[in-house]
Amino acid sequence: MSGPTQPEPLKLSGITKSFGGVTALHAVDFALAAGEIHGLVGENGAGKSTLMKIIAGVHADYQGEMRLDGHPVHFASPRDARSKGIGMVHQELSVVPDLSVAENVHLGAQPVQRLGLIDWRTMRRSAAAHLANLGIDVDPNARMGDLSLGLQQLVEVARVLFSGARIIILDEPTSALAPPEIERLFGLLRRLRDAGKSIIFISHFLDDVLTVCDRVTVFRNGQAVATETCARIDKRWIIDRMIGTGHQELEESYLADIPLHSRPGAKVVLQVDGLSRTGAYSDVSMSMRSGEVLGIYGFLGSGQLELARTLFGVMRAHRGSIVLDGRVARFSSTSRARRAGMAFLPESRRKMLFGTEPVFKNVTISILNRINRLWLRPAVERRIAEGHAKNLHIRPPGVAHTLGTLSGGNQQKVALAKWLTHLPRVLILNEPTRGMDVGAKDDVVKIVRGLREQGIAILVVSTEPETVLSLADRILVMKKGRVVREFTDEPVSKDRLLDVA
Amino acid sequence: MSDSRIRMGVLGWLRGRLRNIAPFVTLIVLVAFFWAASDSFATLGNLENILTQISVTGIIAVGLTFVILCAEIDLSVASIANATGIVVAFFTAQDASVTIANLPLAGWAAIIIALAACFALGAVNAFGLTVIGIPSFIMTLAMLQIGAGVSALLVRGQIAYSVPPLILTLGSRSLGPVPWIVIVAAVFLLAGHIILTYTRFGRYVYMTGGNREAAEYSGVNVRAILSAVMVISAVCSGVAGMLGVAYFGSAQQNEFDTYLLDSISAVVVGGTSLFGGQGGIGNTVIGLFVLGVLNNGLDHINIDSFLKILIRGLILLLALIINVYAQRMRTVTAA
Repeated sequence: MSGPTQPEPLKLSGITKSFGGVTALHAVDFALAAGEIHGLVGENGAGKSTLMKIIAGVHADYQGEMRLDGHPVHFASPRDARSKGIGMVHQELSVVPDLSVAENVHLGAQPVQRLGLIDWRTMRRSAAAHLANLGIDVDPNARMGDLSLGLQQLVEVARVLFSGARIIILDEPTSALAPPEIERLFGLLRRLRDAGKSIIFISHFLDDVLTVCDRVTVFRNGQAVATETCARIDKRWIIDRMIGTGHQELEESYLADIPLHSRPGAKVVLQVDGLSRTGAYSDVSMSMRSGEVLGIYGFLGSGQLELARTLFGVMRAHRGSIVLDGRVARFSSTSRARRAGMAFLPESRRKMLFGTEPVFKNVTISILNRINRLWLRPAVERRIAEGHAKNLHIRPPGVAHTLGTLSGGNQQKVALAKWLTHLPRVLILNEPTRGMDVGAKDDVVKIVRGLREQGIAILVVSTEPETVLSLADRILVMKKGRVVREFTDEPVSKDRLLDVA
Repeated sequence: MSDSRIRMGVLGWLRGRLRNIAPFVTLIVLVAFFWAASDSFATLGNLENILTQISVTGIIAVGLTFVILCAEIDLSVASIANATGIVVAFFTAQDASVTIANLPLAGWAAIIIALAACFALGAVNAFGLTVIGIPSFIMTLAMLQIGAGVSALLVRGQIAYSVPPLILTLGSRSLGPVPWIVIVAAVFLLAGHIILTYTRFGRYVYMTGGNREAAEYSGVNVRAILSAVMVISAVCSGVAGMLGVAYFGSAQQNEFDTYLLDSISAVVVGGTSLFGGQGGIGNTVIGLFVLGVLNNGLDHINIDSFLKILIRGLILLLALIINVYAQRMRTVTAA
């Protein structure tokens, strides 16, 4: 792309990074040209984020060489990277909602008068000029929090540029945006490219990548496996690289058809109609049947997490209805949802367990009202917990141990045990196998299958296709807050899930 | 090798219990010190003094223990105590020399109105915290001022003296050698302990304080628990206020001001975690005795009475340091 006389703005060679014996990046080469938008794609854990963190100065200990405009550099900190012109726009925006747009643009570098007072006039004027220059139509005096998410993002990009960035990294910038907002963002990115800036665009949304990027690099298993000009390729090409042609096993896991068997005759336990929550999901309709596992797959930010939380009363829907066992359910609190027969396992153990309390109190917290009326009965609680510890092979088996002393996998089992004493009508599992090793995953699959046999309606929500495929009898795919596809009684593969989402 | 492991084990055990051990050791050291320094300290009569002196604080501290276990705070306790004490006097016939335009009612009616008043103030705290979403620190700060306002409007700078007979008895009379107010405080502390340790509600309080998000995801109605503790705190304060008025022999503006710091100190010095979920009434009892012995003991030795104020501040600071440190130890041990 650039001749030998003009070195690339950013060039990485042989980057290797490992975390305590696990190699996250293996001899990665990556070059970013001046005036290009470069897409970065790959599955969760393929190494994209690790590479970006190295470029942004978050990880300072790595092997390999990074060159900026041909000069070797090694960033010691994010601050160091920023001062050399690397700007990062995270998925979770780092804007200050209560400050004005102008203040956000100047964040950390406000113009000052003598005496160290902030020069408001200069600030407003320069922010207005800067935004106008970038073609961003927004009032510099507006409160940041009052803007739409899309506009906030544009202002964040403006801020990063204002602080002197020449290389801008955008992490999943389109996941929370509506189509017109995406168009506006792309417009800005193209103008920046034409002005000679270099942009790294990380995304799960392959359509977006192909629309806006000039080139794309595909990551798989910690390696940069391919780089190609976008005009020459299609979505198929990218997916093939992501899943790795030639690696037969991997390929099989991607392309292998997994048959789905729904249970159309079974009784509908939970019926959702036209459920909407502004900014999270819209017009979701689905039914869950007794003894059936329904999977919902979607990328991070597709609204499936919020939907699951709504079904457990953690948040509320703005429109639509939930019908449980033929009766309209309004879950104004998680306590109501629990008593109605709903159960929920959040994505992280920390959200579910009490680290400083003994195991048995963790197990019985959700069923205390069924053990006793007023006075606690610790002996009964212990007996119940001991039963679960035995069935689920929790180690150590003593239920008086402080929960925090157990290993992660055993804590996960305790979390599950909370809902197993009195079986719920509906069990919602959010990312049930995240971060687990193969053995623990198998355990979870067995437990879920066992619960299904007992007639529970189970909902598995995940951003990992493997998780949904290994558990579900029927699969819904969500994209940007909507259900875009349902797979029923047909073979489905990881490949097809990715294709739809 | 094994010896050092045993020592590690013992140290670890001690570290994990720092929040229970430190207040207890402090109490023993204080008692030993004052015992040695003063002849008049270690007498049966003085024990009765100490018990009487910590009783009003003790009743307030029961409710506050519930609140702090939930990792919230109630800064309005003293103000609600004051307002409730004034309300009960306002509805009691006063001596002719008192020129407050009050409404004399039967004793039981005055008591019920006063209890309803503190319940209502607690309910407002609960509403602000759980429905509106105002942090308890600020919500109860506003209530502190509202309580002071209610007090001011009712007495208008005057002093009332009479309270219903029941309150007079419980606040200022004795059952044999034991003052009734000490018995009431003991009953409240015991009831608080039983509720926190042996009931479902008590378990929910600890779990909500220990990990609010996990409690929510376990199907505990966290908002209901938080509402309940704010109301419990206000009602305990109200009872303390009524008995306090009888104990002091008068109802007037600002007479409970020192009880805010005292009651928070008692709970925190006792070792109940400011981060919620750990501690309990047992800790609060120790904390009450530490403060009671300290306040009382300083009167028995020759010490600048103005220095006492500073000493109390320093003791509270020390307790806060231990509290935060104990939390960190506990986290390290559990991890």
